[in-house]
Amino acid sequence: MLTVDGLGKVYASHGRRVEAIGDLSFEVETGSFVCIVGPSGCGKTTLLRCCAGLLPPTSGTVTLSGSPVTGPPEGLAVVFQEYGRSLFPWLRVADNVDLPLRAAGVDRAERRRLVDEALDAVGLGDAHRAYPWQLSGGMQQRVAIARAIAYQPRVLLMDEPFAAVDAQTRADLEDLVRSVWQRLGVTLVFVTHDIDEAVYLGQRVIMLTSSPTRVAEDLTIDLPDERDQLTTRGDPRFTELRGRVYAQIQKAKLEGKAR
Amino acid sequence: MTAVLTRVGLALGLPVVLVAVWWFASAGSTDFFFPPLRTIVEVFGPTWFGERLVDDVLPSLGRLAAGYAAALVLGVGLGVLIGSNRWVRAVTEPVLEFLRAIPPPVLVPVLMLVAGIGNGMKILVIISGCVWPILLNTVAGVRAVDGVLEDTCRTYRIRGTLRWRHLVLRSASPQIVTGARQALSVGIILMVISEMFAASSGLGFTVIQFKDGFQIPEMWSGVILLGLLGVLLSMLFRVVEHQVLSWYHGSRTAQKER
Ligand SMILES: Nc1ncnc2c1ncn2[C@@H]1O[C@H](COP(=O)(O)OP(=O)(O)OP(=O)(O)O)[C@@H](O)[C@H]1O
Ligand SMILES: [Mg+2]
Repeated sequence: MLTVDGLGKVYASHGRRVEAIGDLSFEVETGSFVCIVGPSGCGKTTLLRCCAGLLPPTSGTVTLSGSPVTGPPEGLAVVFQEYGRSLFPWLRVADNVDLPLRAAGVDRAERRRLVDEALDAVGLGDAHRAYPWQLSGGMQQRVAIARAIAYQPRVLLMDEPFAAVDAQTRADLEDLVRSVWQRLGVTLVFVTHDIDEAVYLGQRVIMLTSSPTRVAEDLTIDLPDERDQLTTRGDPRFTELRGRVYAQIQKAKLEGKAR
Repeated sequence: MTAVLTRVGLALGLPVVLVAVWWFASAGSTDFFFPPLRTIVEVFGPTWFGERLVDDVLPSLGRLAAGYAAALVLGVGLGVLIGSNRWVRAVTEPVLEFLRAIPPPVLVPVLMLVAGIGNGMKILVIISGCVWPILLNTVAGVRAVDGVLEDTCRTYRIRGTLRWRHLVLRSASPQIVTGARQALSVGIILMVISEMFAASSGLGFTVIQFKDGFQIPEMWSGVILLGLLGVLLSMLFRVVEHQVLSWYHGSRTAQKER
């Protein structure tokens, strides 16, 4: 279980003080899939970085399976929003995916299998030997996703991982993430600004207000576990849920403006 | 293919013109100190491709190689240490600024006292000059490691040797190479200077000897040899750089084209 309790984060640097996160509390059950949506600049990246142990919160705590997160916990992977900068430009695509596995001491044959599998899964089976900068933005993003998948994490945090890909690839990757989630039983926290995507993917959608950030609504997505782009998106319940999320976000926006 | 030929032509054009100007301008020279280039070229072979190659040229180059290599190891090693630790940096920065400001030739007499007049002193002189550009550039390079890559290493627990090799050294490598290039020219200068004091062999020593013995064409041939060695070494450097930094040049070009 991932617990965020009374989390607050204030950035203070160069004479500018930004309250990025006001007061956030929520829980993510082990093995569940939670989507987080919120307006740009509301602190979603900040929240993920606190959960990953990369950023010390100003107040409150993050706990993972009972132990407080003070540094990056074992078995946690992140797909960064700045996917391009998160790849090593001096390593080929396959070596980028491979490096975390080497660090984890996985043996060579197994590493090879995992790397091949992950790259195939994101549709980059023929890009092993390319350097990241030889790829398009969307392809780089998929390399970053492949790296996270190959790592076989227990907790996976993804920060707008499909922002740079076209609609068709996006649909494929959404299904890939869902199948990986089901196969690995990983705890998944997925940040997106796409309402449809959040409803399609998650078991829960947590909506955030604009800063100082709070939880605006925590919505359970009671769609069947077997989802598919056509039938799920055509389901009246899907339309209803996405309407709920949409209305909530509009409300948060108006409140943000009124303040 | 034509592109390569054009580049070679462009690179060689000016040197050819300059040599031609020198050749014809000095052709009838009777000035004792500026002999015709023709005479210089004539003595070049006999002067350097005999025993002097083994007795003077190779020892000089050997000392340069030893000093340069030691400066690389020292500069990169200390640079990584200083660059990646705020406290070490705070403590060492003033001292480094001071030491860097000392022109290395000034150290020659001091080092002679400490290390005698043998190979050791000359290599120390070369190290003392080469180490600074490498060290300071390494510090700057290590400090500029990308924050997202750093976070990537932290989350995926890439630590220890893997982290040093694949994160720190590689991201600093463009800067390290810049420092190493500066250090190479400093090293060549110091190789010569270190041999002008109390030496009994070496390129610098031989050139001075020719001057003292009024063997002016031979002296000039030594100057030309030094110039040629400089060109050769910088070409070698380019080849190595091309290997080490191909990713860097590639990614830079890719960014510009976007
Ligand atoms: N390192 C930092 N220093 C100072 N302020 C920061 C820093 N990082 C983020 N902020 C500020 O904190 C707030 C939240 O930023 P954050 O990146 O978490 O938003 P976000 O929800 O991820 O936005 P987006 O959807 O655009 O990615 C912003 O106002 C931003 O300016
Ligand atoms: Mg963000």
